[in-house]
Amino acid sequence: MSICVKNISKTFGSYHALKNVNLEVEDGELIALLGPSGSGKTTLLRIIAGLEIADDDGRGEIHFRGQNVAHQRVGERQVGFVFQHYALFKHMSVIENIAFGLRVRPQETRPSKSEILRKANELLRLIQLEGYGNRFPAQLSGGQRQRVALARALAIEPRVLLLDEPFGALDAKVRQGLRSWLRRLHNELKMTTILVTHDQEEALEVADRVVVMNQATIEQVGTPAEVFHSPASEFVMDFLGNVNVFRGRVEQGRAVWGNGTVDVPNLMSRISGQANVYIRPHELKLSRSLNGSAGVAARVNRINPAGSYAKVVVTPKDGADIQVDLPFEQFLELNLQCGDEVYVTPQKIRVFSPEYEI
Amino acid sequence: MLMRIKQYSVLPGFGLTLGYTLTYLSLIVLLPLSALFIRCFSASPSELWQILTEPRVLASYRLTFGTSLLAATINLVFGFVVAWSLVRYRFPGRRLIDAMVDVPFALPTAVSGIALTALYSKNGWIGGLLEPIGIRVAFTPLGITLALTFIGLPFVVRTLQPALEDLDGETEEAAASLGATRWQTFWRVILPTVLPALLTGFALSFARALGEYGSVVFISGNMPMKTEIASLLIVTKLEQYDVTGASAIAVVMLLMSFLILFSINGLQWWVSRSQRKAG
Repeated sequence: MSICVKNISKTFGSYHALKNVNLEVEDGELIALLGPSGSGKTTLLRIIAGLEIADDDGRGEIHFRGQNVAHQRVGERQVGFVFQHYALFKHMSVIENIAFGLRVRPQETRPSKSEILRKANELLRLIQLEGYGNRFPAQLSGGQRQRVALARALAIEPRVLLLDEPFGALDAKVRQGLRSWLRRLHNELKMTTILVTHDQEEALEVADRVVVMNQATIEQVGTPAEVFHSPASEFVMDFLGNVNVFRGRVEQGRAVWGNGTVDVPNLMSRISGQANVYIRPHELKLSRSLNGSAGVAARVNRINPAGSYAKVVVTPKDGADIQVDLPFEQFLELNLQCGDEVYVTPQKIRVFSPEYEI
Repeated sequence: MLMRIKQYSVLPGFGLTLGYTLTYLSLIVLLPLSALFIRCFSASPSELWQILTEPRVLASYRLTFGTSLLAATINLVFGFVVAWSLVRYRFPGRRLIDAMVDVPFALPTAVSGIALTALYSKNGWIGGLLEPIGIRVAFTPLGITLALTFIGLPFVVRTLQPALEDLDGETEEAAASLGATRWQTFWRVILPTVLPALLTGFALSFARALGEYGSVVFISGNMPMKTEIASLLIVTKLEQYDVTGASAIAVVMLLMSFLILFSINGLQWWVSRSQRKAG
């Protein structure tokens, strides 16, 4: 176990940023803390780094490889921290920025000048910025700055790498590139890494495991496939990807909402009562006729064919809009136009009743 | 040439405003300065040399530049502390203290001079305590330095405050996470970042001290060779209708101040070159 967080709480005045959080991170793992703003993910990361101190209630513990670091200062914990807005030293060149962590070491553990320079140049090669060593941060693009920040953090050979929304300030194209670069780098270095993000796509794409956080607690921990396909709560279902939500009821293995009653083969419930029905847009099928299967009649309202699949919004009679993601071939086959009458059939639905998932 | 400088803007008026600026600056700044130079060089070089190398004049230069430099240096250190605590910490009365920094700006200099003299003279509140342990403040260079420190403080604090507010806490956290001690963080990260502002504050405080008259004349005692500042000497010469002598001293003051401010500006440019190298 590389990092072990036990019973961590954090309050700012009367505001609870973290409530009794427990988390274990395996050695060499890339884990993503995912959640909306205010969910406590950044606070958790900063507490692991030592930039923030957890509430001193006598129960909180933070272990790095079995060693309790809860009372160590940030500098003693040997963590590489990367900030959203880079936090580079503006008055230092790129190479000086990278070498900073080695230069400030006490004399007895500080490498020689030539050794520091060799190492900084090696890192410069790693982040593919050879020849940029003498530039200043202001002369670099956002993506380049963040790579320098990463190299600076790696220079101190950290026990764990902590990234706080590292790509949050970059535009979409650069973010995509850096994301896959980070994943390749992680495969190469195998360094235990915690990444904070509010971008679910980023978390699902990069991380080995995803920690979904909401309102100061952890909702679910699992592989990207687990959290996406078997969400543990309504929040996780809602937060990861688009979803259609219907307020409805459950009656004898059938989900009922609005004027639609749909048999759900995989719904094994005999409980009746209020429930929220969640269906992802790509798990709905559109057809011109029902052919005997259950479906809801609706009218095509909007079509957005720009993308890898066609986004169609349909409106059932006296019901809220439903988003459907159609595979492109199917979209062309159906030859949909706005105003067409279609039938909507769920392929897979999830039902959450207020108490627990069914 | 002018056409190339001219840039398109939604608000026209480049020619008009530039013309106005040049005329205005010539009338307000250049004209009096040239009058000073012309007046000064109405004397022959040997006469000038004689005026300027008079021991009393040399002593006044030494005193003026020495005390101004010392006062600006003191302000550099303590102004930094004041600005730092006003920017970094939230405490009751902070806004009041923040407003108090401006008092030396607002107070007529003669008032501050009288107030300081009253405090530090032999029978003043503080002077009365210092006198028995052998420290004399009023009517010594120490008193002059004190007055110059007083009037120069707001310049350092006010130029430094925005720079300190601009510092982002993350850079310091980054330094700490990389293992830097607090001292290293201050010395290697914070100080270099605010150095340009610090130098500007120092230059302003120094320039103000060089020209200060009102607050100093009361506390200095104006003893020739000992506590007579250059500004006072100029006034003395004028009172004796020695305009040439007065302008000669003034021109030297002017040139030396220019030289010093120029070098501080140069230093500042050199320090901030990396920050300004925006790509």
